[in-house]
Amino acid sequence: MNIKSISIYAGLLGVALSLGSCFKDLDLEPPYGLNAEAVYSDPNNYIHVLAKLYAGLATTGNDGPAGQGDIAGIDEGFSSYLRVHWNLQVLTTDEAICAWEQDPGIPELNRVSITALNEWNQAMYYRIFFQLALCNEFIRQSADSRLSERGFSTADVDRIVEMRNEARFLRALSYYHALDLFGNVPFITEDDVPGAFLPPQIERPDLFNWVESELLAVAAVMRDPGTHEYARADKAAAWMTLAKLYLNAEVYVGQNRYTDAANFAKQVIDAGVYNLDPNYEHIFLADNHRSPEIIFPVAFDGLQTKTFGGTTYLIHASIGGILDPDEYGVNVGWIGLRSTPEFVDQFTDSVGDGRYLFAKDGQTREIDEVAQFTEGYAVAKWRNVDRDGVAGSDPVGDFVDTDFPLYRLADAYLMYAEAALRGGGDAGLGLNYVNQLRERAYGNTSGNVASIDLDFILAERCRELYWENHRRTDLIRFGRFTGADYLWSYKGGVKEGASIANHLNLFPIPASDIIANPNLKQNTGY
Amino acid sequence: MNHKYLRVKTLVSMLSLLLLPAMAWAQASISGKVTDKMGDELIGASVLLEGTTIGGITDLDGSYQINNIPAGSYNVIFTYVGYIKDNRTITLSDGQSLIVNMDLAENVLMLNEAVVVGYGTTQTRDLTGAVTSLNTEDFLEGNVNTPEQLITGKVAGVQITSNGGAPGSGSRIRVRGGSSLNASNDPLIVIDGVPVDNDGIAGSANALNLINPDDIESITLLKDASAAAIYGSRAANGVLIITTKKGVAGDQLRVTFGSNNAVTTIAQYTPVMSADEFRAFVNEFGTPTQIGLLGEANTDWQREIFRLGFATNNDISFSGGIKNLPYRLGLEYYSESGILQRSALSRYGASLNLSPKYFDNHLSFDVNGKYSYTNNFFANQGAIGAAVGFDPTQPINSDNENYGGYYEWVTAAGVPNVLAARNPLGLLYLRDDESNVYRFLGNVAVDYKFHFLPELRANLNVGGDFSRSNGTVFVPEFAASDFNRGGVNNQYEQEKNNKLLEFYLNYAKTFDVHKFDVIGGYSYQNWFTFSPAFPDVNVAGDTIIVADPFPFETENTLISFFGRINYTLKERYLLTATLRNDASSRFSPANRNGLFPSMAFAWRITEESFMQNTGSLSNLKLRLGWGVTGQQDIFNNYPYIANYSQGTGTAAYQFGNQFYYVLRPDGYDANIKWEETTSYNIGLDFGFNNNRINGSLDFYKKITDDLLATIPVAAGTNFTNQILTNVGSLENTGVELMLGYLAIDKDDITFEIGANATWNETEITNLSLVPDPENPGVLVGGVAGGVGNTIQIHTVGFTPFTFFAFEQLYDDQGNPIEHIPTEGQLGYVDQNGDGVITADDRVRSFNPQPNVFAGLYANLRVKKWRAGFTMRAEFGNYLYNNVASQRSFRNGSFGPNTLNNLSPAYYETNFRGTQLLSDHYIENASFARMDNMFVGYNFGNLGNSSVGLTLTAIVQNAFIITGYSGLDPEVAGGIDNAIYPRPRVFSINLNLRI
Repeated sequence: MNIKSISIYAGLLGVALSLGSCFKDLDLEPPYGLNAEAVYSDPNNYIHVLAKLYAGLATTGNDGPAGQGDIAGIDEGFSSYLRVHWNLQVLTTDEAICAWEQDPGIPELNRVSITALNEWNQAMYYRIFFQLALCNEFIRQSADSRLSERGFSTADVDRIVEMRNEARFLRALSYYHALDLFGNVPFITEDDVPGAFLPPQIERPDLFNWVESELLAVAAVMRDPGTHEYARADKAAAWMTLAKLYLNAEVYVGQNRYTDAANFAKQVIDAGVYNLDPNYEHIFLADNHRSPEIIFPVAFDGLQTKTFGGTTYLIHASIGGILDPDEYGVNVGWIGLRSTPEFVDQFTDSVGDGRYLFAKDGQTREIDEVAQFTEGYAVAKWRNVDRDGVAGSDPVGDFVDTDFPLYRLADAYLMYAEAALRGGGDAGLGLNYVNQLRERAYGNTSGNVASIDLDFILAERCRELYWENHRRTDLIRFGRFTGADYLWSYKGGVKEGASIANHLNLFPIPASDIIANPNLKQNTGY
Repeated sequence: MNHKYLRVKTLVSMLSLLLLPAMAWAQASISGKVTDKMGDELIGASVLLEGTTIGGITDLDGSYQINNIPAGSYNVIFTYVGYIKDNRTITLSDGQSLIVNMDLAENVLMLNEAVVVGYGTTQTRDLTGAVTSLNTEDFLEGNVNTPEQLITGKVAGVQITSNGGAPGSGSRIRVRGGSSLNASNDPLIVIDGVPVDNDGIAGSANALNLINPDDIESITLLKDASAAAIYGSRAANGVLIITTKKGVAGDQLRVTFGSNNAVTTIAQYTPVMSADEFRAFVNEFGTPTQIGLLGEANTDWQREIFRLGFATNNDISFSGGIKNLPYRLGLEYYSESGILQRSALSRYGASLNLSPKYFDNHLSFDVNGKYSYTNNFFANQGAIGAAVGFDPTQPINSDNENYGGYYEWVTAAGVPNVLAARNPLGLLYLRDDESNVYRFLGNVAVDYKFHFLPELRANLNVGGDFSRSNGTVFVPEFAASDFNRGGVNNQYEQEKNNKLLEFYLNYAKTFDVHKFDVIGGYSYQNWFTFSPAFPDVNVAGDTIIVADPFPFETENTLISFFGRINYTLKERYLLTATLRNDASSRFSPANRNGLFPSMAFAWRITEESFMQNTGSLSNLKLRLGWGVTGQQDIFNNYPYIANYSQGTGTAAYQFGNQFYYVLRPDGYDANIKWEETTSYNIGLDFGFNNNRINGSLDFYKKITDDLLATIPVAAGTNFTNQILTNVGSLENTGVELMLGYLAIDKDDITFEIGANATWNETEITNLSLVPDPENPGVLVGGVAGGVGNTIQIHTVGFTPFTFFAFEQLYDDQGNPIEHIPTEGQLGYVDQNGDGVITADDRVRSFNPQPNVFAGLYANLRVKKWRAGFTMRAEFGNYLYNNVASQRSFRNGSFGPNTLNNLSPAYYETNFRGTQLLSDHYIENASFARMDNMFVGYNFGNLGNSSVGLTLTAIVQNAFIITGYSGLDPEVAGGIDNAIYPRPRVFSINLNLRI
């Protein structure tokens, strides 16, 4: 063997040795990502995770307005929590109808012919469970034991515990929505670590009990009403949810809990920090964060909280025909949402009642063709201009600043009045609350009423709270969502309206989850 | 001795190592002529003195000359592609000049042709797997700018669908149907031993177009697992091996110059209503306001946006051997102006190969370097759809200077109506979208045959694939398309580094009737991608979307050990076994390692003594193969890691007066791993009449388990509702047939014809954690028109991407009945009989995969004339005509203060509203396409010079036979929505050889 071949062999040996050092390259992590431990070891990160829990109600992904979507299976812009919730709660009722008949799932919402394959139904369900999984993760990671392990300062721990309480509230809120919409759903808590497991199904009464006890527990430790930063939930948000839970308890669990409903509504009212906005219209404008009436908003911003859902959807989609987008503070109409004539009929006074905010220019009252925007009065309640008529912050006019009042004082008044009429409180006080709303609506006492009954309450809730995600629950509580007692255009698929089956009072568990999770039983009738 | 001296001496000794072959001296010479049996000169035949590196190549006369041969006895070996190797023994004395002529016999079946397989080469006769190899003789001619198009239609089991007619656009390659669902279905592509990144580069239309097709010597397809399993976890969808041309030791300098100049024309326009038809339509159905919107012009928008294209492809190559340093240098300039106005590409490329050998061929190097610079101008392809839909009664230019002078739909306020279509020419001419892509692909392979044990050799291969790209998009602030945001002035950059290090030992030995070839090796490969974050800004410099907080950076590593044993008994029983262990950084340590075995057996039946008198049967070989391969290309390098991602500044949330960016836990599958495809292959190679008729027949079945599929997870169990996970299984079954026939084989005339056909069926056999026959499947195949509509579905028991639509009802005249439930008119079949049409009434029907696809080609040579064609056909493939479904209903024409043109399909449907999900729009898209026709003439040497000239005229995409009503029946994915039309190409090829 000569020198040259020795050097060749030496070279080969060198190569062989250098190969061994490559194996560490198999342990790669995202260079700019953060794993859970890295996130939660810094006390300053918690607020950002909490921001996602709140944003989960507003935006659709991590890249506004659309991109890195939170859930799949539906166009991302469609998938905003508030947007799908609005579609299930409002579009399925007399309050609204949508021209986008070519879009998946919309015709079924217009006609209340929901199936287990409906895209919107599925999006709502997965939105709720996305929210629940995120809340559980935050609650798990911020457990007392974890916080003490990490050696945070007392001040940090106090701040984080406060956030954890809000996360618990947000989780209870989404479970409340699950209870209201789907009834019997998979049940997961902070004890369930993500992975390949199949959650059990909880029955509606059990979920009712869980939501009740969780809300009671968390309400006790949250901040007092009106003492928190804007857009963060306090005790009043939990009480409002409890009042709703109790007001609908007959539907959910067959129990009369009107006294509890009245009490919690009254607790909100008596907190003394919320006042009726003197001007009804101001509650739905770009600067509505200034409104004294809002108890718990979902916040939007034309520059920093961009989404195709939420109020951006409600405002753009309400414009079409010859309606001028400028008056709404946006650049264009999406030519979608209008109202049915039956909803218009809820208003007995189109002149005096300041809540009669229909846009009739170029619109007909009746609807012959669902896909024709100009048929059916448009609704000009939601707008992206401020009290002075100045458009919102987005210079392009795409995204709006208008916040969505998930809970506001007028709802508390009406819940009290209804619960009282149903025997849970002081009916006289309830009448007084209702007249306060009417006085605000009319600008004087001309619209005040001497007496009210339950039918009046249902209509008044519609007049006061329309397009605010209440209508379906209200109609069900009054037995008028399904069946033939109350018909509106295209209910049941025909212009004059037709009876629909009672099983539609609950939405179906999406077919995809029935397959993915053999523990689940479909709601009756689907 | 000081250190400096030592370094210099080392350098000198290294240099001398390279120059060593130059030190042989001149003594004897041989020369002669190499012809075929008919006496026709063979150009480029190789002549080699066995056991030496001394050799030469024949020139245009078929002549060769080899000088400087030391005296002695030699065996001279003559080889030529497609001919049977032959040899002659000679003895040379000092100063002697000997003439050695040779005539070679044509080898129709090319059984002895070297075939590049994974980690080595073998001969066709020794193959045990389903492998097809094509070389320059088989390649399609004409204006071909990307390698895969060289073999379109030539290989059974391989379906190559170009992505459209845009300059430089790539193709979708499917080998045996594709064994994946959500993971990549692309084959692994290996260029000169370096597996390359299929994902492409930002700013480039095609990951493969850095290779000049003229540099390619051969393309080999490893189709079954027994051949491909040596590439383990990346081979489930086949392997395509590209080998480039090399120089020959001792050869004189050869220069070839090729120039192809092409004129490209649009083959067909998308059918739309003419201006007059549209006027009549609007006058009949429009409101007075809508009628008032009509213009006076007659504009055929498609004719305005398309043009005559031009492409020129020029390359020059220098090859030869400086003493025993064989080299080849290729230079290329390619330039194309596409048929869509403004679309253009130009590419400059250089490739260099050096393959010196030292120490009596014990040490050999193979050095490859390819560099390319591509400049792309991406025309706004939105103009294609806009030209289909824009009102033909409107003029191109308005009477004012707004929006660049282009006619646009505006609102009462005079700003662009954002819900209207944009002027197609405004879209084209007011958007500058350019990119520059620089790419270097290179490797150095060192092969050493051990001095003490020449049967053993060690091979080290170090390579890399490095690319850099940058691009800009500019739209002026006055352009209607981006008027609201004040134009666009954006940029992007990307860099990709792909590093490879491989080492193997190979031992080959024949003991009596036993032949062994054993290989064992190691491979390391790392892929790295980086893109800085840029904000989205307008022309004035205002930020529309702030830059992401982080750049994009991602990386993955694959480390493997592999081995293969080839055992041949009595030249007739062949056994191959391979094993590869892959470890991928994409998966958790617990799931990181995967073992991929394969076995194959072949029996060369005609070698048996009892087969010696079987008449015309000249070759018969049976091949049996089994193997497991994987797929790990899932477009995400960290799918198993629980990670939080930070939201952008536009997805923040407000608390009090402050906006907080969000942190979101991302969905992940801690247990994700590669999918595994087990495949079985039975093949029969045959030849008759001395192989003038030859072919092969293969049956295969591929079963993919742990299929990576994006499916809904049980709600609440992850941070998302759908996740990519190993959940299902999928099967491909198929038959492939390849036939070749040398029909005429005379001195002045040869005629050969070849055909291939493939039947393939793909079926999803499971798609949930707990197999469930009720599983409704996963909706896929988004379509335009409305938001979020899908027309396809993955369902158990069906082909992936099966169409899922309402079954259209037709009236007595055969016209579709519009579905108007509010008027009690059902247009669809009520499948479940519940009286209403709901999502439950959609049915699974056809799918976009052809049942059968085939190729047919023929070549005729009469004296110095050559002519031929290649045709390709697909049968049983269906397309959703999204162009028609968006534009064949009345209301679609009347937008808010705007009009949209309709498809003549409207006259058939008379639909008032959209019927997007009707199966009326699912059409049989079977077709036969004349891909290539050519006629050429070989002028031989020009005058008395040594310059040879061949001219060829070629038509590509000459015609297509189909019943499909849209523009082009060939659309990857099955949803036809205004693709960039494939041009018809007329070109002249000029080849000069010096």
